[in-house]
Amino acid sequence: MKEMSRLKTVLEKGTFAVTAECGPPKSADPETVLRKGDLLKGKVDAVNVTDNQTAIVRMSSMAACTLLKSAGMEPVLQVVVRDRNRIALQSDILGASALGIRNVLCLSGDHQSFGNQPQTMGVFDLDSIQFVQAVRTMRDQGLIIGGEKLNSGPELFIGAAANPFADPLPFRVVRLAKKVAAGAEFIQTQCIYNLERFEAWMQMVRDRGLADKVAILGGVTPLKSARMAKYMKEKVSGMDIPDRIIQRMEKVPPEKQREEGISICVETIERLKKIPGVKGVHIMAIEWEDAVGEIVERAGLLPRPS
Amino acid sequence: MITGEQKPIEEIRGMVEPYKRILVLGCNSCVAECAAGGEKETGMLASALRMAAKMAGKESVIQERTLDRQCVKEFIIRIDDIVDQYDAILSLACGAGVQAVGDMYPEVPVIPALNTEFLGETKEQGYWVENCLGCGDCMLHQFGGVCPLARCSKQLMNGPCGGSKGGVCEVRPDLPCAWQEIIDRLEHFGELERLEKIVPPKNWSKKNSSGPRRIVREDQKR
Repeated sequence: MKEMSRLKTVLEKGTFAVTAECGPPKSADPETVLRKGDLLKGKVDAVNVTDNQTAIVRMSSMAACTLLKSAGMEPVLQVVVRDRNRIALQSDILGASALGIRNVLCLSGDHQSFGNQPQTMGVFDLDSIQFVQAVRTMRDQGLIIGGEKLNSGPELFIGAAANPFADPLPFRVVRLAKKVAAGAEFIQTQCIYNLERFEAWMQMVRDRGLADKVAILGGVTPLKSARMAKYMKEKVSGMDIPDRIIQRMEKVPPEKQREEGISICVETIERLKKIPGVKGVHIMAIEWEDAVGEIVERAGLLPRPS
Repeated sequence: MITGEQKPIEEIRGMVEPYKRILVLGCNSCVAECAAGGEKETGMLASALRMAAKMAGKESVIQERTLDRQCVKEFIIRIDDIVDQYDAILSLACGAGVQAVGDMYPEVPVIPALNTEFLGETKEQGYWVENCLGCGDCMLHQFGGVCPLARCSKQLMNGPCGGSKGGVCEVRPDLPCAWQEIIDRLEHFGELERLEKIVPPKNWSKKNSSGPRRIVREDQKR
């Protein structure tokens, strides 16, 4: 029998799930990935491996997932539609399953104009919703786009992203509903700092009956400094950081700001645990993987189920 | 219409450098509408090149002519009687015009003076925007008359990405979010329920998966 997704099992048991993020390096060095993985081992149920995030060329997500898997971790393969047409996307889905990867997160991807290859051609042959639907059809019906049959379908737990903070708010839930209808089984959200807006979104999610159909993992990112918070607010698209968070970071001296960032993150997780329909947390500690252990411990999320 | 912009004069001079006798050939259709390759711009470019040649002490003959359309044979043949006099043609037409002239006179090099840009609309004097990809399978009715393939930076067909904020696209602050426009239009028409349906993957074979496209109309043939 094929090995199952651990993340899926954790969620099915009703345990508050914990995932974290591991960004592959701008290098071919496997040790960097394994070192990052080591910091997360035993602290989380699964590790998301980003796919050339911010449109910067890095080690492939598939390779980094395989490295983490070989070191005993459960990877979540992130795949963006920015760089691959439907042939490559479906091929990678089959390949990922063959390598024993059991979770996939289907994304649009950061626009190529933000990265280090601004002259590239963005593919966007499918959008993220069409991609989710394609993966679900491959898995459940054994069919690829166009209806041809696979000899054996991929075994993957299918995820997608949601940004409760982008506009227009009412459509955000429609888009989530479409992702669920397309076949998404778990959702990882954009970083949550504005809890009021997130709660308003979750209310709409529950009102549409979506909270029972899909496992929502709230995204959090510990802030390293007041400067980072301001930068994210101003420069990173789709980010909503209330002024009071920035002021709180500014009030502590620079050498204590990391600690404050972790505290805010832990408090956010505590709030998320109480919101009906939130099934877990996704910790994106950007180039700060060693913060994850402290965050999950202080948030009372250890030990993780074996 | 098809829009274009004149290449920088230095680049044009570099391309025509090897030639002594040059016909600067304008086109009075789309590229005249976008003030890049019509009669006026053709005259100005020819003058600029003549002046530059003179300043450089280069012996040359640079003359101009503007056709009503450079992409239609019946118009191109109007230079039949003079084309032999030139070493090269510098065309201010779109890429289709440049190639049509080249096909007609294969013995003369045809050099592009414009960068052909896009299929667009004149929003106002001096402002043109792309709003059609020419995908060969129009779906505008589904999107309130706003094309997400041409106007959304990520060509999303199922709603705005997480980078739509205050009606603006994340890619550029001067770029309206096409999806915000689609939602606003559909709301106005009372057709928001259209957005609930998953739009399936686009059939790109109608655009570019089997070589250059052709339209063949037997009823139009003579």
